[in-house]
Amino acid sequence: MFDLILTQTLNGLASASSLFLVASGLSIIFGVTRIVNFAHGSLYMLGAYIAWTLVGRFGPADALGFWGGVVLAALLVGLIGVAIELLILRRIYQAPELFQLLATFGVVLMLQDLTLASWGAEDKLGPRAPGFKSFLIIAGNRFPTYELFLIAVGPIVLLLLWFLFQKTRWGTLVRAATQDREMVGALGVNQRLLFTSVFAFGSVLAGLGGALQLPREAVNLHMDLSMISEAFVVVVVGGLGSVTGAYLAAVLIGILHAFGILIFPKITLVLVFLVMAVVLVVKPYGLMGRAPVGQARGHGPAEPLLLPADGLTRLAGAIGLVLLALAPLVAPDHILLTLTELVIFALFAASLHFMMGPGGMASFGHAAYFGLGAYGAALAVRWLGAPMEPALLFAPFLAGLAGVVFGWFCVRLSGVYLAMLTLAFAQIAWATAFQWVELTGGDNGILGVWPSAWAVPKTSYYYLTLMICTLSVLALRYSIFSPLGYALRAARDNPLRAEAIGIDVMRVQWIAFIVAAFAAGIAGALFAFFKGSVFPTYMAIPRSVDALLMVLLGGVQTVSGPIVGAFAFAGLHEQLMKATMYWRFGLGLSIVLLVILFPRGLVGASLMGLERWRRRRRPAPGLAVEAAR
Amino acid sequence: MAAMLEIAALDAYYGRAHILQGVSFAMERGQVLALMGRNGAGKSTTMKAIMGLVPPAGGSVSFEGQAVQGREPFEIARLGIGYVPEDRRVFSELSVMENLSVAQRPARPDAPHWTPERLFALFPNLGRMRDRPGGAMSGGEQQMLTIARTLMGNPKLVLLDEPSEGLAPVIVEEMAKTILALKAEGLTVLISEQNLHFAGNVADRAAIIEKGMIRFTGTMDELKADEAVRSQYLSV
Repeated sequence: MFDLILTQTLNGLASASSLFLVASGLSIIFGVTRIVNFAHGSLYMLGAYIAWTLVGRFGPADALGFWGGVVLAALLVGLIGVAIELLILRRIYQAPELFQLLATFGVVLMLQDLTLASWGAEDKLGPRAPGFKSFLIIAGNRFPTYELFLIAVGPIVLLLLWFLFQKTRWGTLVRAATQDREMVGALGVNQRLLFTSVFAFGSVLAGLGGALQLPREAVNLHMDLSMISEAFVVVVVGGLGSVTGAYLAAVLIGILHAFGILIFPKITLVLVFLVMAVVLVVKPYGLMGRAPVGQARGHGPAEPLLLPADGLTRLAGAIGLVLLALAPLVAPDHILLTLTELVIFALFAASLHFMMGPGGMASFGHAAYFGLGAYGAALAVRWLGAPMEPALLFAPFLAGLAGVVFGWFCVRLSGVYLAMLTLAFAQIAWATAFQWVELTGGDNGILGVWPSAWAVPKTSYYYLTLMICTLSVLALRYSIFSPLGYALRAARDNPLRAEAIGIDVMRVQWIAFIVAAFAAGIAGALFAFFKGSVFPTYMAIPRSVDALLMVLLGGVQTVSGPIVGAFAFAGLHEQLMKATMYWRFGLGLSIVLLVILFPRGLVGASLMGLERWRRRRRPAPGLAVEAAR
Repeated sequence: MAAMLEIAALDAYYGRAHILQGVSFAMERGQVLALMGRNGAGKSTTMKAIMGLVPPAGGSVSFEGQAVQGREPFEIARLGIGYVPEDRRVFSELSVMENLSVAQRPARPDAPHWTPERLFALFPNLGRMRDRPGGAMSGGEQQMLTIARTLMGNPKLVLLDEPSEGLAPVIVEEMAKTILALKAEGLTVLISEQNLHFAGNVADRAAIIEKGMIRFTGTMDELKADEAVRSQYLSV
């Protein structure tokens, strides 16, 4: 028993090191640039691939070849980081937080396809590290020396980082900039250079983390997303911006994994989630984190006022709806299928918008509720033998229930913390669907989720979808302009003042969270019967990002944005899929370009254009505003 | 000799609010000029616009004959303009020494050269708390630290935004002495100030700003003698 505990502890510590390297890089970059770099997992993956190539070329048996390859790989990843910073991030430091995140996700997609194109789809097995090929006998167990080496890497890097930040001028500048970037600039420090160097440094850490994994696991194309979601958990648990916190959290998560696999192999991720939940309840900003100065908010400085639709918008909406209703008369079947899917996605996007726009809570895991709706329907069909109608009714409640539980934790945080937590929850939902094979069929999904006989014809199912989605979207719109919606927006714009006038901010946000989850569940259930099957991918990160894209494409602070965005996104997606096998690259590039060109989204941009045009025709009197400082 | 700082027809906006509407004034080397006016008149915005922190929408700022509008704040700082913000903005998690080191720049031939030791002679209080985090200091100490921090960049011109605001009377006296000491070092100082008494103690000249425009410029004595201007623009 004792030796088992020892081995698993050592295993956990060894796996914590790479996690720590990636998470600390993420944390440092966030501290200075305020950008949550979604692509940090991709830099980790590139580190592993580049090291695989370099070590293979330099000679894996030779100590200099191996270690030279590892170090060079980390440095090259640093250069890639510089390129990303110069080409993309530098242009969007002024954009709202979410758009920055989205742009870095665009980078994730681009790097995925670039990696695929460069190294192919199959896994790459790395060599063992020269000098660390043997085993040590610890308490009667053979323990690879490379693992022991990795265990040492964590604290060594932690110590070096401490030294760097406390004892060098660069470190002092980084800490000062973490607190007040503008002031650092006004004191004569070149911020651009500082940002670029910080990004390069964080990238090197990620690349090193990846390269060091080479002797440990096969290099594969899924390393990026699995690492980034774990790194998010580590950063949230450790406290954003705290390197020591990141180390503690990485060790905690690493050890938890090691023991979890031993004791409850099926629910390791649930275990991680439980620990995270406990930590966040006790310390909302993580083990070593501090509450952000001022109230963290998800968007840019000024929120345009949301107004109920004016005559023109209503007319446009009505015309759109009539056109959709008439579509089956003229549209061929395949168009009708596309339209059904679009209508479902419009509801999915509108549900996310409800919590993101008026609620100010950005979810990076909204697919969880979409997927739970789909699984709710499929499970009801499969295990209860329910027909479509009751299954459709039941499904959103499963999603809503998840909203109750997950939301309770999430509303305790705000801004990027909240976003990271939603992502972690979505990963748990995904892992449950993936791992609980007896219930969900695992990767094979659940097949045979067909509608009732009357709804089988494509036209009938289209009308059913159109009706349910239209009603749901209208209900969401209605609640934005209800007292709940007003309270929600008050809570978003100024939580303290909202509390002061008697609004229970957390409760209002919690309700909004549940409503959004429920509505996404409706969309998911419709999607399940539309496809006739459900798979864990319904809940995976890319689907969450799809929803985000739709909302951001349309513009967060417009009510009709998500619907326009859903149609625009789905269209773009389909054209790209048709045009090239590297559609991810195309999509990623489009995202990046959109963020750079239209930081307010499509509807937002056209509204701004309209406003500018109006102003030019009737110039506003040049009033000097009092109290202008 | 050409003016050290020359501001001509400077325009600046916050969003749609037109804050500076053609501000013009000039400063000679070694002068202390008090930019005076009520709350919201545009004093702080003028300083931020000089520094590049608020992008000027029109007009020009020239420093030693060189146009600086449109440049990045760090470039303007490196030319020799030091900025002390009104809300202090010390790095609360950095120690006094670290706060100073952030702003450290190489010496210039035509400006006083500051080292932490010289600054501690000027601000003895700071010297006694070198390792204290900025966040654990009193308001007056923080105000001294922000000035010391800016001096670490060895500026030729210092912009002091409301240095006496919110300080105890004893500290205000000390502040006045500090400004006179900077003048004695040969520095050019632009202070924004609402308090005529304080400004009278330290400044040679005054410029009055109201609703984004300069309404009066002259020597401090001229301002003191001009009852009409004072009551129109300065009295509350």
